[in-house]
Order: sequence, then C-alpha cells, then structure tokens
Amino acid sequence: MTIDIKRGVSLYSFQHETFQGKMSLEDCFKTCADMGALGIEIIGEQTFWGWPEATVDETKIDEWHALIKKYDATAVSHDFMLDYKRYKGTMMAFDEQVASVKKDIDFGARLGMKYIRALVSIAPEVLVAAAPYAEEKDIKILIEVHAPLHFDHPWIIRHAEAFEKSGSDALGFLPDMGMFLFKFPPVWKERFIRNGVPQKIADYIETAYEDRVLSEYVILNVREMGGEGPSLGMAETLRHNAAYEPKRMLDFMHRIHNVHGKFYQMDENLVEPSIPYDEIVKVLKQGGYKGYICSEYEGNRWIEDAYEVDSVEQVRRQQEMLKGLIGEPTPTAIAA
Amino acid sequence: MFDKMMLCDEGLENIVENGETTGFSLLARLPYYRGLGLSMIEDIGLGVDGEPVAREDVRFSVRGRSWTLDELETVYDDRWNFGEKATVIVKRPGGLTPGAHKIDIAVRMRVSYLPFVPTTKTSRELQLAA
Repeated sequence: MTIDIKRGVSLYSFQHETFQGKMSLEDCFKTCADMGALGIEIIGEQTFWGWPEATVDETKIDEWHALIKKYDATAVSHDFMLDYKRYKGTMMAFDEQVASVKKDIDFGARLGMKYIRALVSIAPEVLVAAAPYAEEKDIKILIEVHAPLHFDHPWIIRHAEAFEKSGSDALGFLPDMGMFLFKFPPVWKERFIRNGVPQKIADYIETAYEDRVLSEYVILNVREMGGEGPSLGMAETLRHNAAYEPKRMLDFMHRIHNVHGKFYQMDENLVEPSIPYDEIVKVLKQGGYKGYICSEYEGNRWIEDAYEVDSVEQVRRQQEMLKGLIGEPTPTAIAA
Repeated sequence: MFDKMMLCDEGLENIVENGETTGFSLLARLPYYRGLGLSMIEDIGLGVDGEPVAREDVRFSVRGRSWTLDELETVYDDRWNFGEKATVIVKRPGGLTPGAHKIDIAVRMRVSYLPFVPTTKTSRELQLAA
C-alpha cells in the first residue's frame, strides 16, 4: 500500500524547550526520527541565530546537513518572515522586499529545502517578482493561509489570481489547519478563566462559538453581561478564528505543497478536541495531496502560565493520530 | 509568550568601573517565538523596586556590542536572537544593594505582520549577591 501523505514536524513545536536551551537541534531531530516523522520544517531564524540580519555560522549549516543525513530526514521548509517594517515609520521599498525574499530563497536552498513559507501579510506582487529566482533555485514559495484568513478571503483570492497569472509553478499555498477551528479550544477557555473571565461568560462564549454566532454579536453580548478586559479578549478571539470548511482546500490543491498541522492540545485518546483532523485528512486524500503534514504545536503559550509544557509528548500524540488517519500500517511484533 | 521567561533568575549584578559602581545589569530574553533585528526593538522599560528607570539610562548588549535604546532603532546588522540572553545595563551611580530587588521589565517590539505594536511585561524579585 502506498502512503502518499507524509509526516513531518515543524521545530516551532519544540520552541518552549529550545528557547530555554533544554533541547538541542540534534535532540529535535532524534525526537522526530523516533516518531517516524522524517520531514523537518523550521522557522529559519529560530534555528539559526543571526539570520537574516547577520551571518549564520557555517558550522551550524554543516551540522544541519549532518543531522539530515544521520537521521535520514528530509528538509521540508524554511519559514521566513520578511520584516518590511524594519525601518521605523517607513515601509520597506518594494525592490528591497523582493531582494529580501531572494535572500531567503538562497538560505532555503543552502539548507536543502523544497519550500520556503511566506507569511500571509506579504503582498502577492512581491512573491510574483521573486518567483523566477525561486524557479532557478528549485524552490517553491508557499504563502501560509492562516486564520483569520482562509481560502475564500479576498486577500487569498488575490494571491491565487496573481499566482495563476504569473504562470509560475514556484508559487503556492501552505494551509494552516488552525483555520478549521470547529470548537473553542479547551486550553484557551481554561487560560481565559485563569486570567479572570467569569465562568458564566466563558461558558457563553464557548457555546456561541459552537453555534457560529457572529463575533461582533458575541462581543456586544459579553459587554452587556458586564464583561471587560479578559472577557472581551476572550470574545475577540472569535474575530480571528472560525470553522472554515476543509473541503475549500480542494480548489487550490494543485498549489498546496505543504501543510501546517497546527494543534492546541492532544488529549490522551489522541484527539485534538477543536480541529477535525479526520475530516481534514479525508479532504487531503480526496485532493490527492502527496506532501507533508508538519506538526505545529501551539498549545504552549496557552498553558505555560500554569502547567509544565511537554511539547514532545503533545507532538508524539499528534503523530500517532496522523499515522492512523493517513493509514500507515502499524508495525506488529511478527512484522518486526 | 515566554512572558515569565523574559527575566533570567541569574545574572543580576552591579557594574564596577575603575573601582566605582556605576550601575547594574541583568539578563533578559526576548518574549517571542523568533528573534528580531535590533531596529525593531522599540523600547525596553525597566523598574527597580517600584521606581521607573529613565530610557536614556538603559543600555542593551549582546555578544560584546552595546547600544543605547535610541541607537538600537537604527541597528540593521544585528539581532536579539531567539532565546538569547541579552545583558541589559542600567546606569545608576552606586548600583544596587545586595539582596532582593523587584524588577519590572517591559519590551515593546515592532512586528511586521501584526497590525499593532505589542508590549510584553513581567515582574519578579531577583537576588543580587553580596
């Protein structure tokens, strides 16, 4: 049986540990390899100090390649940022933005990446202008479709139109599964309660989310319930998140080459309570998707105030879930 | 994010130059999931035992280079890296007395993709060794 969808991890998932120096780059690679998640995605500047303003130590690049080889891993994506507000009070000029993207194409190529991830705030013209250079370097630039945006948002449609018009196959999309937030994440609710949201208001917002009530109505109702500060903050999360339909990816599948397996928590039964991964994987299979789903654990920031963060265990659970949904055969004692 | 990890437990010490105590320094990390070019660090606000420190009395230092906060705004060739412990220096004749001091810190950063300019704050009691 051929498995088309491949499993990977964005090392962003281990940021809580790497920030504090508790996990080295090799620890990250070993952890992913142990889970059979052999695609590695990074936020370049998180993994490589100096990038992009200063030079990166050559020995670090060598170490990267040595680890890819040692763990039989695949370099998937270098996620770049493009700081177009680098100069206070002045937006970076168009040509400089394009030059900056080209620099990230070079960096991605140095790391052996297939893709570089562009943030959704970057203008389509900038990416179109950089596309011929990306083609030369055999890199695809993928814009991240991330909540509050989605595949029907005018800004994403503008990107799609610009990509088609350019005729370049070096431009594409990287959907972030956070745009398919079917339920209000329990870790969010608990954090907002710890921050002072009354239980009654927290319950109301959670129910309103499940009922798909327009965020503006929810915010108004929370105000009328006497909610302020953290209560309004909790209500405002509805402005930036929604339960878009995974099947909307189908129209764009020819340009979708990498997927962010965003998740906020994985429970002991290997379920992400707010994002419908069973439906998502079904749609990806239907669309003939053959790339990676890279785990992107984003729960740390919701629990770090009260709990010990264990990113490795969280990613392990998501990888187990993905294995099952993708349909990887489970190794048995006999097979071994 | 990483709010509580902005201040490092270790590293609070007085600065002695030519036998004279001119101030103190502490170790701090950027409360962010990536690093940032120094021109995008808009402000580092500090308070000591409830008393605010003037912006012009603060110096930021990484890997042997140091700048005033005004100078940082036009530094385009260096960064405060992800998880990197920077030394934040406060000019203060006489420095601090040994023992516990309540330190407040706030970092304001300009992040291109955000439609606002976030400030992250934390506060903790740090020990200055005798």
